[in-house]
Amino acid sequence: MLDLNQIWFILLIVLLTGYAILDGFDLGVGIIYPLIGDDIHKRILLNSIGPVWDGNEVWLVTLGGALFAAFPHVYATALSGLYTPFMLLLMALILRATSIEFRSKQKHVIWRNFWDMAFFLGSSLASFLFGVCIGNLLEGMPIHSDMELRISFLALLKPYPIMCGLFTLSACAMHGTIYLLFKTKDKLKKQIDRFTWHTFGLFLCFYLMVTIFTLINIPTAIINLKVMPIAWVVIFINIIALVNIPRSLFLKNYLESFLSSSLTFMALAALFGLAMYPNLITSSIDPAYNLTIYNCASSAKTLNIMLIIAIVGMPCVLAYTTIIYYVFRGKVELDSTSY
Amino acid sequence: MHLDAVILARLQFALTIMFHYIFPPITIGLGVLLVVFEGLWLKTNRQVYHDILMFWIKIFAVNFAIGVATGIVMEFEFGTNWATYSRYVGDVFGSALAAEGIFAFFLESGFLSILLFGANKVSKQLHFLSTIMVCLGSIFSSVWIVIANSFQQTPAGYHLVKQTNGFIRAEITDFWAMVFNPSSMYRLNHVLLGAIIIGASLVISVSSYYLLKKIHEEFAQVSFKISLIVLTIASYTMLLSGHEQAKAVAFNQPAKLAAFEGNYHTCNTHGTRLSLFGIPNPQTMTLQYEVSIPDLLSLLVYNNFNKPVTALDAFPKSEWPPLLIPFFSYHIMVGIGMLYIALSTIGIILLKTNNLFKYRILLWVYVFLAVIGTIANQVGWIACEVGRQPWIVYGLLKTSDAVSKTVDSGQIIMSITMFGLLYLLLFFVYIYILNEKIQLGPVRNAKFERSSILDAASDLSKHGEFSLTSDDETKEVF
Ligand code: HDD
Ligand code: HEM
Ligand code: HEM
Repeated sequence: MLDLNQIWFILLIVLLTGYAILDGFDLGVGIIYPLIGDDIHKRILLNSIGPVWDGNEVWLVTLGGALFAAFPHVYATALSGLYTPFMLLLMALILRATSIEFRSKQKHVIWRNFWDMAFFLGSSLASFLFGVCIGNLLEGMPIHSDMELRISFLALLKPYPIMCGLFTLSACAMHGTIYLLFKTKDKLKKQIDRFTWHTFGLFLCFYLMVTIFTLINIPTAIINLKVMPIAWVVIFINIIALVNIPRSLFLKNYLESFLSSSLTFMALAALFGLAMYPNLITSSIDPAYNLTIYNCASSAKTLNIMLIIAIVGMPCVLAYTTIIYYVFRGKVELDSTSY
Repeated sequence: MHLDAVILARLQFALTIMFHYIFPPITIGLGVLLVVFEGLWLKTNRQVYHDILMFWIKIFAVNFAIGVATGIVMEFEFGTNWATYSRYVGDVFGSALAAEGIFAFFLESGFLSILLFGANKVSKQLHFLSTIMVCLGSIFSSVWIVIANSFQQTPAGYHLVKQTNGFIRAEITDFWAMVFNPSSMYRLNHVLLGAIIIGASLVISVSSYYLLKKIHEEFAQVSFKISLIVLTIASYTMLLSGHEQAKAVAFNQPAKLAAFEGNYHTCNTHGTRLSLFGIPNPQTMTLQYEVSIPDLLSLLVYNNFNKPVTALDAFPKSEWPPLLIPFFSYHIMVGIGMLYIALSTIGIILLKTNNLFKYRILLWVYVFLAVIGTIANQVGWIACEVGRQPWIVYGLLKTSDAVSKTVDSGQIIMSITMFGLLYLLLFFVYIYILNEKIQLGPVRNAKFERSSILDAASDLSKHGEFSLTSDDETKEVF
């Protein structure tokens, strides 16, 4: 049987997966956005994520809240130790959110160029920084005996985390272009169609690089695979999903491509969880200082209460999400309510 | 110059939360009004209600976007600035924040998209339902966040535990006692009323502006009247709610109330005065230029003219809040509250006698209601939070002990600078867009902005793929 701490570890990974899949594609739309020249096309891109980006970002907000509630020490250590990158991340998210809203409100070229730039930079920086954080988490960081993380900003930008950053950047770009295939038509769609192959190619390169470096660099990452042979299923799913992306793209079965790239994200999040478990942050100073799901957790009572909250809340969340995606299904048509 | 990291962390937090708090009250208040407008429209089918609804939805959208963007910052700042605090209260405080995400933000953001983009996609009924859900969602988010904050003010439902890793922390013993802690419900009422007041104020401000300019008059008069009724009810209720809250503060955080009132010396022989005006002098511990009503505070707090209210001298100096900021911000808030009562009463009387829109001076005063309301909401929080000092969790943890240990002044200065610039930009853009929308006014068809629409249309015709021809669709594409 799973204990509460393990359940909460899994739930956090679930939230992370939800966030990665959902915000992943709208960040991705921002990343490839400058490649689209035409103003109307740009607006179609913005409107393709218009109704959903806020809901997608709520997954991150809830992830933050859940981390705070379930593992307060991790929330405290990570956010204060990574103060500067988090501030940058938050600013990137602010810029991108507001540029979606403001960009089409004025016709001046300078105005539009400014917000276009903000949208692109915000989306790219955010997805890059997520990857850098994940890379650092996998490599381990200098956690001291007092649970505090002391590291300078530049020390975070080591080669492996940067590679992870580029990896998430390319993954989001791929996911976003595939999403756009549903939402666009005619000329724009042809253009996007070409991008899909490029972003997929990039993604594949970084995927292989990250995999190889992880295997060489971070031997602890696969310990759990040895302990839990069942976890190989995740790897299996990952490979199938990955292979299915180009296959379904080729067959023009875009729904399948999107599901496959979502499944890839899911598998990657699960692998990340497997690599970390039972730690949430590993200490590069002494494994005894690792922040684990036991030494960082809230009391059993709180974990229980939160579980009830999650059990009541999550079905509602899934219901709203389904309704929204259903109402806004189909190609984007600009109308009086559009940006 | 070496600025203390604690001061900087507080400054940074204050900057970001105050900026955030410009927007949510408008969202909550406008949300309530949108429900009223849409309900009236569905009931009567009058075009003017539809115009009002559509116009305010646009403003709502702009406001909401900045509110969301700045809110995400807040979700993480407990960890970045107040790591030690987060370790201390995470067990209790975190669940309220997580509940906010699950119960409020998902609801709000989901139905918001139907509210904003769904008018042409779903039935009127479903649209109305979405408006109600967005309104409820924004109210829920204030519920959870106010509960979280109230725990900081009046902790309840917890016990202190020393963990095996040496940290002492508050752990929850009774969830509902935490939720219904001694101040949460009073404060929730008050915060929601503050939001309704600012929402109604904004509508009245814009309507008065149109009336002064003699444009969109039917639109302006109808929205003015509806909002004035809402404002009047809220302003009077606010007085009661503020009164209840002050009583609760007197009971739970007596040092705070003493700072609000400039009440430095407990006088055991007779009741305590209510200060209307004055300038606290921290050196001499007196209120200069004091104007006050004898014994009234005692009456308000204890229902008894003679029972003295505890003053600051009952507490060790190390537990005093700062004296100037809480005093002034509290008095400004209460002053504005009284002003609201006066202005809404005058408005209602004139409405009854059909003179409401005759006095230009009065309309000019109403134009500034939105600014006044925002100030009241801001100074209310400042009074409340600075009055809690030096505690971050009242009676348990001092603010100076709660700060992140690994963050140095340089990092915070950098983030203050960057957020300062970014927020300045956002603020001007917000005002600019708001002004554009207000100048454009309610748009029913393309007549208002023919010229710009024409070149937009020619722009579009280059791309045969999109039809933007129907009148309905051309109305506000750009
Ligand atoms: C439009 C906004 C507005 C208006 C007109 C008023 N308030 Fe207020 N007040 C707030 C908006 C606000 C607030 C921003 O919502 C606060 C900050 C924290 C809180 O719970 O509510 C607040 C806090 C607050 C507190 C501190 C509570 C605490 O520290 O726990 C007291 C005692 C009052 N108010 C009393 C009043 C009185 C007597 C008013 C006179 C009519 C009044 N307020 C008008
Ligand atoms: C209900 C949600 C809120 C919570 C949980 C909260 C919590 C906090 C925390 C943790 C601090 C830092 C510690 C401290 O300086 O005391 C703080 C300070 C502060 N907050 Fe709040 N806050 C909330 C809402 C607000 C709002 C809406 C405003 C203003 C518009 C506000 C204004 C301030 C100010 C001005 C400070 C700095 C106080 C000082 O430096 O003395 N707060 N708050
Ligand atoms: C320090 C405390 C606070 C935190 C951590 C916080 C957090 C957040 C977050 C993360 C969002 C964005 C949600 C989304 O993506 O949809 C948000 C928006 C919002 N918050 Fe805050 N918030 C705080 C203070 C407050 C207060 C005091 C209120 C009201 C009383 C409030 C009411 C709202 C509302 C209504 C929204 C929706 C957007 C908007 O209205 O502009 N928040 N907040």
